[in-house]
Amino acid sequence: MLARDDQNSLKTTPLHGLHVSLGGKMVPFAGYDMPVQYPAGVLKEHLHTRSQAGLFDVSHMGQIALRPKSGKVEDAARALERLVPQDIIAIAPGRQRYAQFTNADGGILDDLMVANFGDHLFLVVNAACKAEDEAHLRANLAGDCIIDSLSDRALIALQGPKAESVLAKLCAEAPAMKFMDAGPHKVAGLDCFVSRSGYTGEDGFEISVPSADAERLARTLLENPDVMPIGLGARDSLRLEAGLCLYGHDIDTETTPVEAALEWSVQKSRRSGGARAGGFPGAEKILAHFDNGASRRRVGLLAQGRAPVREGAPLFADGTGSEPIGKVTSGGFGPSLNAPVAMGYVPTSHSALGTHLFAEVRGQRLPLTVAAMPFVKNTYKR
Amino acid sequence: MTTTLYTSDHEWLAIDGDVATVGITDYAQSQLGDVVFVELPKVGRTLKKTEAAAVVESVKAASDVYAPISGEVLEVNDALSAEPALVNSDAQDKAWFFKIRIADRSELGGLMDEAAYKAHTA
Repeated sequence: MLARDDQNSLKTTPLHGLHVSLGGKMVPFAGYDMPVQYPAGVLKEHLHTRSQAGLFDVSHMGQIALRPKSGKVEDAARALERLVPQDIIAIAPGRQRYAQFTNADGGILDDLMVANFGDHLFLVVNAACKAEDEAHLRANLAGDCIIDSLSDRALIALQGPKAESVLAKLCAEAPAMKFMDAGPHKVAGLDCFVSRSGYTGEDGFEISVPSADAERLARTLLENPDVMPIGLGARDSLRLEAGLCLYGHDIDTETTPVEAALEWSVQKSRRSGGARAGGFPGAEKILAHFDNGASRRRVGLLAQGRAPVREGAPLFADGTGSEPIGKVTSGGFGPSLNAPVAMGYVPTSHSALGTHLFAEVRGQRLPLTVAAMPFVKNTYKR
Repeated sequence: MTTTLYTSDHEWLAIDGDVATVGITDYAQSQLGDVVFVELPKVGRTLKKTEAAAVVESVKAASDVYAPISGEVLEVNDALSAEPALVNSDAQDKAWFFKIRIADRSELGGLMDEAAYKAHTA
């Protein structure tokens, strides 16, 4: 249990009062008092998001505007490329891309979204990393950019097959947006930034809204009978089924983007032989992993039994060996699959789809199979 | 006649002669959330009071169920393996976990009756 002082030092989002009034079970998460679930429970919240639409408060995440001092967005993009292995210059106005801040050892400091808003870049970073990320940006990009922390904005995710029809009532442009489109839009008359993206594997939107208007917008969205409020519990089971990494668990300063099976997120222009190869922290190691392979890899894992295999469970090549070959980094029960799902790191030699492995849970060796991710087919509107 | 007793860890015991049927309380299931997996002890295992006897897992987390008293496991409720959600829908009846032969009746003395348990969870 947390001491009283710790409880009192927790931060709250602009939707805190709404969570409490909806019966949210509040828990500390990344320094914030956040709802882990509402009275419906994790299972119903998860399934509702996959069948209708779920509303998530992700206001704890960091929103940062990177404004080029030259006034040219490509100068901000060129500057940001010094910190990430992604092609930022190629992000067209109105588009968004997944990226990682890397360190000198090729590890991942944080993962983030980068959108081109025409005259500046808009970044969304993880709550637990946002102070460090901002300091990192200031230390490295202050010569080229104004780093503007948008701490007066909330962030609401609307995810699921009904997200489009729900948002269309408040934002006429929403249905025309495609996966990873992003930009300023009016939503219910409010000045919002809307992107067609999320963290569930479902079609959906993420809406940045001024803090003062956040509760009004959330309540308006929740008035639609298709929309249910969703807590962090279902957010985690949804992203796990979607095969998406959770920073600090599936990726961290010890994992390179190649080890993390995130090669798809590093464009050819930044790889060996590309127009702007390297030039980001840890490039030597990361490009060597691209060129020669890494010795370990993040894989999806499906259990043959019903017992969930959770984070930290050691992985073994066989039922009797004494030396673990890897470790589960995220795991639990997938309500849509109605089966346990997990991901973890194994030697590349054991990473082929269909490889049989064992996880040790409470002293027993449980059989697992290396499986393709996402575990549940994503429904992005491309 | 059976008597139902409770532990501070939110288990119930229905005492019938020298046999106790053990489960988790409705309060416990409401705190755990949707149960997706239950691991039961092996029949014939001798449990010591307070040792981990079973595991109940929700979507989010795994929780141990401790032996409320010492004794030999006589029978387990296999219905929970097929339908773990019974723990949510009928915690204090159909979702019993295991039956145990009471090894030491004096251990029952430390348990709560229903009124005391209600006060404990109030």
